[in-house]
Amino acid sequence: MGEKITDKDVKYIAKLSKLNLQDDEIGKFADELSNILKYIEKLNELDTSEVEPTSHVLDISNVTREDIHCRFITQEDALKNAPEEGYNHFKVPRIIE
Amino acid sequence: MDMLNSSLKEHAAFIREKKVSSKEMVSYYLERIEKYDKKLNAFITLNESVFQEAEEYDNRVAKNDDLPPFAGVPIALKDNMVTKGLLTTCASRILSNFIPPYDATIVEDLKKAGFLILGKLNMDEFAMGSSCETSYFKKTVNPYNTNYVPGGSSGGSAAAVAARLVPAALGSDTGGSIRQPASLCNIVGMKPTYGRVSRFGLVAFASSLDQIGPMTKNVSDSVELLKIIGRYDPKDTTSYKTEPFKYSNIFSNGIKGVKIGLPKEYFGVGMSDDVKKAMEKSIKFFADNGAEIVDISMPHTDYAVAVYYIIATAEASSNLARYDGVKYGYRAKSSDLEEMYCFTRSEGFGTEVKRRIMLGTYVLSSGYYDAYYLKAQKVRTLIKKDFIEAFKKVDFILTPTSPTTAFRLGEKSNDPLQMYLSDIYTISLNLFGGAGISIPCGFDSKGLPIGLQILGNYFDEDRLLSVAEFFENSNPFYRELPQNYK
Repeated sequence: MGEKITDKDVKYIAKLSKLNLQDDEIGKFADELSNILKYIEKLNELDTSEVEPTSHVLDISNVTREDIHCRFITQEDALKNAPEEGYNHFKVPRIIE
Repeated sequence: MDMLNSSLKEHAAFIREKKVSSKEMVSYYLERIEKYDKKLNAFITLNESVFQEAEEYDNRVAKNDDLPPFAGVPIALKDNMVTKGLLTTCASRILSNFIPPYDATIVEDLKKAGFLILGKLNMDEFAMGSSCETSYFKKTVNPYNTNYVPGGSSGGSAAAVAARLVPAALGSDTGGSIRQPASLCNIVGMKPTYGRVSRFGLVAFASSLDQIGPMTKNVSDSVELLKIIGRYDPKDTTSYKTEPFKYSNIFSNGIKGVKIGLPKEYFGVGMSDDVKKAMEKSIKFFADNGAEIVDISMPHTDYAVAVYYIIATAEASSNLARYDGVKYGYRAKSSDLEEMYCFTRSEGFGTEVKRRIMLGTYVLSSGYYDAYYLKAQKVRTLIKKDFIEAFKKVDFILTPTSPTTAFRLGEKSNDPLQMYLSDIYTISLNLFGGAGISIPCGFDSKGLPIGLQILGNYFDEDRLLSVAEFFENSNPFYRELPQNYK
């Protein structure tokens, strides 16, 4: 913790996030993320070596249901919001030459 | 017939007793929207088939059919709850053309109870914000002073109910997004216990924190809405298997002996003088009525904002990975798939959403997971324990909802950290998972509303709403409508 976020870091995080940032955004995000991380550093004041993490607040786990087929929406409805469709499928730019 | 000051039950009775038709009631609110919403900007979308739906109920009323309890009464929803056939945008460009093929469970429940969906309300984009200023479409303003923010992220819901553009609304609360705007707009806003209300059909922001709840003019309307939406839903795997919510108004005859905790960490620096004065008056009211006021300590309060901005952004970065321009929503033009993903997301998301996706991706990334995400989950445990310990000593915890009243438009939008800190009193509850409510408790010297927050234990909504109603009965600040919207 405590590292300053550089422009290079921002470009790397953007790549992981599938975001394409403008040059002016990169510097701005570097500063803002550094500030926020600096604030977050205060968590280091606490010794948590003996503390269990909380990922979920209630005592529910491994929720399953009967494996019964049920139709939720039709294929036609599922495709209604497709930016592009073809042959009753979602269409994307060519990925295999 | 005074619709502006009538409860949901009264609205339903007006229609059933044929004092007004559902169509006339809908027209009444649409006329108010026409007149006022150009300035307030609370609505993103109006439901164009609402008249037709109203007419169907009117025909059934004429035939003296059996009717559901709220037949023909209009209601509106924050625009992150999916509505079949009705545009649902999350106030984002990336969902600006999304017409859901199904209804959220809460939408099904509301319709079954007879409600008509009047429209969809503005919010911070993907519920990320505390001022309603990050919406892609418009900035909602505060009906009590239009130079000020309505709060966020459910700012459209708060402004619309405050200005009586709709009798009631639903919002969602991830770190205070129901309670803070309710407080800033002089309405009642309630965050139920995590797991109480189905999240099926709520567009996910931070899945371990998000919860839908009522935003209403008074406590009894919140009770009525929670009776409808507060139930186990097998379609949501985090929905809790428990009895549907019932209301017994246990404190209707008084609150003698009820223990109310004041956590000293909430009453430190940052609270404005006006908020402090309103708090002191409210505390005195509870004491005068026989409640026992107990000083308590919740030592990890100061770490809540830091924990929240790790956990919420981490979950958001994962949840928002689904927006790739393939199956629905906005798609950028490109002949290359990878480039299409990146352009779609870069053009489709606003700055605050990108900032949070980046932060969330960073804290989950290789080499930083333990230092940030795991650390935050451990401190979340400590914050949760603060609440568990507190509720061994007291029945409820009393705090202000927000350290200050509404701030000016633009005042905090250039400083993300300052914006994050405006949620300092509301965030801890989401990390704990319990129930909380904000109710009007006064006005500051500028005439801006102040909210009182009451926090309760897991699934303690019955008692929480009752103690809030007891306060409201003697302190009916909610009746003070904004000057220009009476």
